[in-house]
Amino acid sequence: MPQFFPKSANMLALLTLAIVALGAGGGLSALLITSRSPYNTQQGMPIGQPVPFSHKHHTTGLGIDCRHCHYSVEVSGFAAIPPTKTCMTCHSQIWNEAPMLEPVRESFRTDESIDWVRVHDLPDYVYFNHSIHVNKGVGCATCHGQVNEMPLMWKANTLQMQWCMDCHWNPEVNLRPRDQITNMDWQPPADAEARQALATQLAEEYDVQSKVSCSVCHR
Amino acid sequence: MNRTIPAALAGLALLAAMGCRQDMHDGPYLERLEKSTFFEDGRASRPPVPGTVADGELHADEHLYTGYVDGEPATTFPFAVTREVVERGRTRFEIFCRPCHGSLGDGYGTVVRRGFQQPPSYHIDRLRNAPPGHFYNVIANGYGRMYSFNDRIQTEDRWAIVAYIRALQLSQSTPLGDLPEGVVAELRAEGIQ
Ligand code: HEC
Ligand code: HEC
Ligand code: HEC
Ligand code: HEC
Ligand code: HEC
Ligand code: HEC
Repeated sequence: MPQFFPKSANMLALLTLAIVALGAGGGLSALLITSRSPYNTQQGMPIGQPVPFSHKHHTTGLGIDCRHCHYSVEVSGFAAIPPTKTCMTCHSQIWNEAPMLEPVRESFRTDESIDWVRVHDLPDYVYFNHSIHVNKGVGCATCHGQVNEMPLMWKANTLQMQWCMDCHWNPEVNLRPRDQITNMDWQPPADAEARQALATQLAEEYDVQSKVSCSVCHR
Repeated sequence: MNRTIPAALAGLALLAAMGCRQDMHDGPYLERLEKSTFFEDGRASRPPVPGTVADGELHADEHLYTGYVDGEPATTFPFAVTREVVERGRTRFEIFCRPCHGSLGDGYGTVVRRGFQQPPSYHIDRLRNAPPGHFYNVIANGYGRMYSFNDRIQTEDRWAIVAYIRALQLSQSTPLGDLPEGVVAELRAEGIQ
């Protein structure tokens, strides 16, 4: 019987194996890349809301502190989305005819909550707590970016595990004095030595540790 | 050769694989403020039944919690006013009151400049002479067109704000001669008579 496969088939077989291996590797990395891409994480994408609430106007424009509305952020794990009454302390008089704010007035009249769309939402299997971060000197801007420049809210970071860990391995350099937590313009000292000195000093003063065991966030 | 179909299939498989995570992302339990289909008002965070008294929240101390003593606005603070209290009051004042009342309490806040009714200055005689209990009640229950802040500011912080308002009032009404000598010299150097 003559040889069914020509000799070059050996090469072909190897080539096929190589292509399959490369394809699998490529597919896997494509999966990893897309899962980190803004398409998946929605990082940097403004999210539409039932009322076009502008953080830019209310914080930069009017100088209102974050805690005026997110008032439980220092004492609770939850930063809280303000109830309608909070808007009405001002909008009972300001822009009180504007059609744009009709959903707010309707919510106040009928006692039905405004249907805000969540922008940041960790999976249910992750535990997160605002108060510990805020009280250990991590500022809003470190995690949420320049909120004071957002006409509509977007996510400034991926909120993926790698992002949490990047800081948890070495939190010191991300600390600021507690009284600057909501300051959107705070900058660490420009000089590298002074910056390191401040980081070390704050870490000691607030007793900040590097917490990386799985049970910190998956409990 | 038609390569678009396998390519499209691979693309779809990729998207599907990413979609899988969402199942585990959103478990069957409800997070705070999440929407519920179970309750009629759609709220997962249940408002307490009217009249509920939570454990440890009986609030029997009339002076501390109502700002009244024997039916009259309290003329004293329910706890000692220390430097920490005043400083705490300053941060809370700047967060909650400054947008309308202004940093000095003169009633020229940013929101007022956009058309909100102007509140009275804290430095008029009537408010200088008003007892602490009056201010406590304005914060807790609102006053005229000003809404109450009872849900946003807790009891101790309300008193801390009152203490800071007192400090503001002093700061605007103390005659130069009553200040310590060093401070007077500093002010004179700045050209203040
Ligand atoms: C006048 C009230 C007000 C002030 C002041 C305010 N916020 Fe908000 N914030 C809201 C409202 C209402 C929403 C929900 C609508 C939205 O997402 O834009 C919100 C949403 C957010 C969210 C996203 C929540 C989500 O869905 O994930 C973040 C983060 C946030 N605010 C941070 C801040 C920071 C930081 C500051 C201070 C610089 C601040 N806010 C000041 C009212 C306020
Ligand atoms: C401390 C006072 C204050 C509070 C609280 C407040 N606002 Fe405003 N808001 C203002 C003022 C003042 C303006 C007008 C801004 C201007 O003229 O530049 C405004 C403007 C707006 C506008 C018009 C568009 C814009 O951004 O200029 C919208 C919409 C709005 N607010 C929504 C809300 C919602 C929703 C809430 C509740 C979460 C809220 N505001 C809470 C003071 C407030
Ligand atoms: C260490 C990072 C970090 C810091 C610092 C931080 N946040 Fe957040 N924030 C998050 C994450 C993560 C979520 C999503 C939480 C979830 O899905 O359970 C979130 C969610 C929110 C929300 C939506 C409601 C909620 O609690 O889930 C608001 C509002 C908010 N943050 C405001 C603030 C404000 C205001 C500050 C500063 C005082 C702040 N955050 C500081 C990471 C941070
Ligand atoms: C910019 C820095 C930073 C980022 C980003 C960050 N953290 Fe943290 N986290 C800290 C610091 C600092 C502490 C305080 C550690 C300590 O106990 O001293 C902390 C503490 C915690 C704790 C409490 C630990 C305990 O012992 O109770 C949890 C839970 C946590 N972080 C979850 C998260 C999650 C989940 C994310 C990502 C969504 C995240 N953190 C992102 C800095 C950060
Ligand atoms: C600082 C907080 C933090 C710590 C510590 C942490 N994780 Fe996570 N983990 C997260 C967050 C946040 C997510 C959600 C990621 C997302 O939404 O894509 C996550 C997701 C996961 C997932 C789901 C897969 C994925 O990426 O979506 C697994 C598995 C996991 N973590 C395992 C671990 C293990 C094992 C450890 C210990 C070595 C650990 N985690 C420690 C925050 C943490
Ligand atoms: C949205 C704007 C606004 C905010 C925020 C606000 N106020 Fe007012 N306040 C007013 C207005 C308007 C009046 C005048 C009410 C009237 O006479 O109808 C007033 C009146 C007052 C008065 C005078 C009461 C009297 O006897 O005449 C005091 C005291 C006061 N506010 C304290 C506070 C304190 C303390 C805070 C912060 C916790 C605060 N206000 C926050 C708008 C505001």
